Amino acid sequence: MTRFSGMAVLKNALNGHKGWREQWPDSEPKKEYDVIIVGAGAHGLGAAYYLAQEHGITDVAVIDKGWLGGGNTGRNTTIIRSNYLYDESARMYDHALDLWEGLSQELNYNVMFSRRGVMMLAHNVHDVQSFQRHVHSNRLNGVDNRWLTPEEAKRFCPPLNISRDARYPVMGAALQMRAGTARHDAVAWGYARAAAARGVDIIQNCPVLAVRRGPDGAVEGVDTGKGFIRAKKVAISAAGHTSVVMQSADVRMPLESYPLQALVSEPVKPCFPCVVMSNAVHAYMSQSDKGELVIGSGTDQYVSYSQRGGLPLIEHTLAAICEVFPIFTRMRMLRKWGGIVDVTPDRSAIVGKTPVKGLYVNCGWGTGGFKATPGAAHTLAHTVARDEPHPINAPFTLERFTTGRLIDEAAAAAVAH
Amino acid sequence: MSTHRIAGKGRFDHGGPVRFTFDGKRYEGRRGDTIASALLAHGVHLMGRSFKYHRPRGPVCAGTEEPNALVETSRGKGRFEPNTRATAQELREGLEVRSQNRIGSLAFDLQAVNDLVHPLFSAGFYYKTFMWPRSFWDRVYEPVIRRAAGLGRAPDAPDPDRYAHRNLHTELLVIGAGPAGLAAALAAARAGAEVTLVDEHAEMGGALLSDPDVVIDGKPAWDWLAAALAELDRLGVRRLTRTTAIGYYHQNFVGLCQKLTDHLDEPPEGAPRERMWHVRAVRVILAQGALEKPLVFDGNDRPGVMLAGAAQTYLNRYGVLVGDTPAIVTSHDSAYHAAFDLADAGAKVAAIVDVRAAPGEGVLVEARRRGIEVLTSHTVTGTNGRLRVKSLRVAPVSGGRVGAARTIACDCVLMCGGWTPSLHLFSHTKGTLKWDEALDAFLPDRSAEECHIAGAGRGLWGYGAALADGAEIGVTAARALGLDAEAAAPVVERDRTGTGETFKELPTDGDAGRKRAFVDFQNDVTAKDIRLAVKEGMRSIEHVKRYTTNGMATDQGKMSNVNGLMIASDAVGKAPPQVGLTTFRPPYTPTTFGAFAGYHRGRHFEVTRRTPIDPWAEAHGAAFEPVSLWRRAWYFPKAGEDMDAAVARECAATRGSVGIFDASTLGKIEVQGPDAVEFMNRMYTNPWTKLGIGRARYGLLLGEDGYIRDDGVIGRLGEDLFHVTTTTGGAARVLNMMEDYIQTEWPDLKVWLTSTTEQWATVALNGPNARRVLEPLVEGQDLSAEAFPHMSVAECTVAGFPARLFRISFTGELGFEINVPARHGLALWEALMKEGERYDICPYGTETMHVLRAEKGFIIVGQDTDGTVTPDDAGLSWAIGKKKADFVGMRSLRRPDLVAEGRKQLVGLMTEDGDVKLDEGAQVVADPEQALPMKMIGHVTSSYYSAALGRHFAMALVEGGRDLEGRDVFVPTPEGIRRATVTTTAFYDPAGERLKV
Repeated sequence: MTRFSGMAVLKNALNGHKGWREQWPDSEPKKEYDVIIVGAGAHGLGAAYYLAQEHGITDVAVIDKGWLGGGNTGRNTTIIRSNYLYDESARMYDHALDLWEGLSQELNYNVMFSRRGVMMLAHNVHDVQSFQRHVHSNRLNGVDNRWLTPEEAKRFCPPLNISRDARYPVMGAALQMRAGTARHDAVAWGYARAAAARGVDIIQNCPVLAVRRGPDGAVEGVDTGKGFIRAKKVAISAAGHTSVVMQSADVRMPLESYPLQALVSEPVKPCFPCVVMSNAVHAYMSQSDKGELVIGSGTDQYVSYSQRGGLPLIEHTLAAICEVFPIFTRMRMLRKWGGIVDVTPDRSAIVGKTPVKGLYVNCGWGTGGFKATPGAAHTLAHTVARDEPHPINAPFTLERFTTGRLIDEAAAAAVAH
Repeated sequence: MSTHRIAGKGRFDHGGPVRFTFDGKRYEGRRGDTIASALLAHGVHLMGRSFKYHRPRGPVCAGTEEPNALVETSRGKGRFEPNTRATAQELREGLEVRSQNRIGSLAFDLQAVNDLVHPLFSAGFYYKTFMWPRSFWDRVYEPVIRRAAGLGRAPDAPDPDRYAHRNLHTELLVIGAGPAGLAAALAAARAGAEVTLVDEHAEMGGALLSDPDVVIDGKPAWDWLAAALAELDRLGVRRLTRTTAIGYYHQNFVGLCQKLTDHLDEPPEGAPRERMWHVRAVRVILAQGALEKPLVFDGNDRPGVMLAGAAQTYLNRYGVLVGDTPAIVTSHDSAYHAAFDLADAGAKVAAIVDVRAAPGEGVLVEARRRGIEVLTSHTVTGTNGRLRVKSLRVAPVSGGRVGAARTIACDCVLMCGGWTPSLHLFSHTKGTLKWDEALDAFLPDRSAEECHIAGAGRGLWGYGAALADGAEIGVTAARALGLDAEAAAPVVERDRTGTGETFKELPTDGDAGRKRAFVDFQNDVTAKDIRLAVKEGMRSIEHVKRYTTNGMATDQGKMSNVNGLMIASDAVGKAPPQVGLTTFRPPYTPTTFGAFAGYHRGRHFEVTRRTPIDPWAEAHGAAFEPVSLWRRAWYFPKAGEDMDAAVARECAATRGSVGIFDASTLGKIEVQGPDAVEFMNRMYTNPWTKLGIGRARYGLLLGEDGYIRDDGVIGRLGEDLFHVTTTTGGAARVLNMMEDYIQTEWPDLKVWLTSTTEQWATVALNGPNARRVLEPLVEGQDLSAEAFPHMSVAECTVAGFPARLFRISFTGELGFEINVPARHGLALWEALMKEGERYDICPYGTETMHVLRAEKGFIIVGQDTDGTVTPDDAGLSWAIGKKKADFVGMRSLRRPDLVAEGRKQLVGLMTEDGDVKLDEGAQVVADPEQALPMKMIGHVTSSYYSAALGRHFAMALVEGGRDLEGRDVFVPTPEGIRRATVTTTAFYDPAGERLKV
């Protein structure tokens, strides 16, 4: 692996960029691996990296039906925060946040983690109660989150409309200063490069058709577009398509897949310093380093695997943006796109073992998986390596939907991730 | 003075100047000009600066696909906008135009220093550096990068303009009014189809507007065009100009954005600026034509270098000669026509440089006739000129080797790398593409929608071919609509057609690594950036795009995608179809947020639901709070009162005498049918079979997961008729949930649901004097405790209005809820107020309602529950019918975790000091001294001051809470640790004596 640094950039600038090498090879599958990870998003690639880096397991393949980072990793609005209500969630996302803070250096790849603060707006008494509960709970969990008055919120984000006459006036906001954004593609690429450097094979354009189980019920490997690949341990990290892959191993997942849309504006000079989320009016926004306003929309009302959503939802989202930030009405949408999110009944993820020996799963991150990337990857690697969950992902079991021990972030707060 | 306007050329009237400014300098243009055509008429090419290197740039195009000539425009306060395409924005009187993305002047931009050190800024350089020291990224590096990035400035004031939405169903939607679209619309409309024809330009005609010499059906092109448009109008075709089809959605749903006022000197007062059309079409014809591709060579981005077709458009449509000595660089015959038109208009063509060995014979003859030098098998190895191209260096290519270069002086370079069909809308439908070997282009293949593609959009070049195909496709569409139709293709003479070849970057001499051949002009992506990305392992075209940002500029890759693909596929070593294109994303061109928002702005962002009694509350000074879509009276302050004082007064008045409350927002559902009882038994936890007619019961609704979803009082009015009430916020959700069960789980049940929330106005009367106020107004029902006990319901007359009268209480006092048809709600309220005068009747709002119910320990679903609370957790086990066979959520209630020890239970909390209020949402701990993270055992759900108790009190969900009664727990807050004692939730009149009157 060529080490990246300012000096390397300078050196290559002078020699016509002759010194750069491929960041990861496009591997062909071997017949057998110790571990196969299905899904080359940042979660799957990250898990491969941590397997190699922390557990010494390098005979690993990450397999994807398309190009790496092409699923939700490359389609989200890059928001990173950890101010979740429940202890289990707070620990998972705060663990991720700890890893985010050193990720560029750890991977030697600038993922542009930017602590610019995430502000969540309260628009009615119920929001206020709910967010204050978050602030109190976060404080006792050691998670950064504080309450702002409407005036303080406006000072933090000048384009905000705090008029009392607004249809949904801003009644306050919860601010996590440690939260922010990162460059989503770079996260996938950084993990891919670091994993490949440690011996991991990244196999793209190779659909996994089925998980194959042996006579004893344990995992034997996966059937793919490039033939059968043997492995005693298989981890599924396939976001919106997890339920389809798991079905092939006869495991029915409590997941529903929905299209979720996002969009960006044309780029403009810096005008929006932070991330703002307004759940009551369904608007999420930040400004990328390139200058585009990055805006998250909601999920369509119907389940679907089509990576495009309808027009009405985008209209509602932009109406909400114009309501909360009226100076942006003349800004133009440059492009919009969709991704498929996998949603569990309690809107929390499933990371851990399954009823099938040797089969592990990481899914159900819904609309909020990006922020969890290092945490999910790190704990999934631990689970696969040790065949038992890390204490942080231990509560995120599949069984909880049978026992009823839910981690119900959605119900608790009615806050989208 | 317009130095480059050619008399007798152009579509529009050369009279009447239109005045505008550019960077403060005054200019005159002509009506019908774009900003770009007007500036070009003055010899101005320099209009912008590129994104990264801040290189000087001029327009490349004459349409909406322009990547370079982006400007800021304004029309007074709030009407400022960045990134407007100078090539598309029509001139209007007084238009203020300013160049953007520069420090200093447009001609001398300080940020152009980036261009001097450009080797540092190769593809993806920022992923490789700025990592040390760790804290510097978001403190130092990122702010610097962010300031340098971005194009224009953001608007800084609210937009005063209006935006509109409109729905349209049409039989046939034709997108694009060039020759193919016009022929298609004509053919279909002649067959009797109902047709809508849209085009993004100010006038229809497409390429015909740039080629007046073509002869169609014996007429000059523009005469034929005028006749065709007149015929379309006679046939009743709906024609929309300045209207862009932005996205193609499922089931032939197309979004159109129509620009209405940006071109007008003085827009009519209140006229919408843009209108978003939601079109559902039976059939769609895509006739969007093709886009001309730039050629990729060193220095292809200097001002004065533009597409040959654009120069032809500027001349023929706008009467503007873009240069006096143009040089043409091409790999397609079509650029020759541009050269001929410019030469015929008086330009001295410096040379035609053709990359190909063998151009079409016809165009060579024509060139020779005009005395234009044609250099075949030649390449361009560079250009010169800082703010305007001055010359280009050309060299022969033979056997792959580049020979000695010579310099050709020129004042503009017109390039043409061939044409690529506009595939955007087709691709929105997830239609598949196929690679055409002969054309070196992707063409539409299989469509997922009922759509047809006509003309250049499917690789047919030339007017004869486009018109014939359009007519044929129009007939096909008409027949698909069940109409008889015959195709009649117009006869075309003096057609302009030809062939070409597609190249990657042009061969060059010297050190190729130092050449800067631009692919994405706006984002400053060069051919070598793309090759570097591939070398670094970015082998998917999506990776190349994301790593280099090629195709991510505001032209959405219209100029760059295919050239980027040709270079990437060469670098990867695969054929273009194996590499493929990146996904086309809506919108087709950038579209204002306002157009999407439409009418949904300000007060109309979402409807505000108001009860029939809302005007009274407003007139009496109520403070309001939003509750879901409703606005509800929150409290009724008297002069000098704050909320706490008003609520304390309202509470005392209600408990002391009588209070009146507008409960109209409660959800109401009429459940009716022979199986109504069975349905209620399955839906709610409570037993309903034995509930007598005329009786009411508190109903509890769970989700499948066993957690509380909603509650409300339900009255039985007949054997097969229930009056169900829900929470205000839950009304729609509950009805949906019920319908879901009826339609998918229990279709055999004969039961019907009707939302009656807005049909009934509901007034609650509470307090020891409630009966005295109500009794004189009631006819048809004895209100005595014996005849009408607590939890009764009756149909009777109140204040002369037909009513459903409930005796129920959400306050613990003697209470009635009177439902009358909504139109009588206000009159009922006023009658009760009048009758209550002698008892000092007190109107109260939602806050007092909350306090009074909390004093009784009644829950608010969503406040005291959060989706993880079972009936037992909330102390509502009594509401479960123990003998019932089933109800929604029953099975889940037996799950291990729902019957486990230590679940959070709803209890009361009394602070040590009654003056201390606990925050709603504050967390409860057993040990306040522990270190972070603390073990939390619960949280405060409701917290109020109680006038009746003379102190603050709270409810909380606490682990094993009922076993902790009498014990102390702690609530840590930023202000300090609060000690509180756990109590029951029956704070006031625990025996319920006050109901028994």
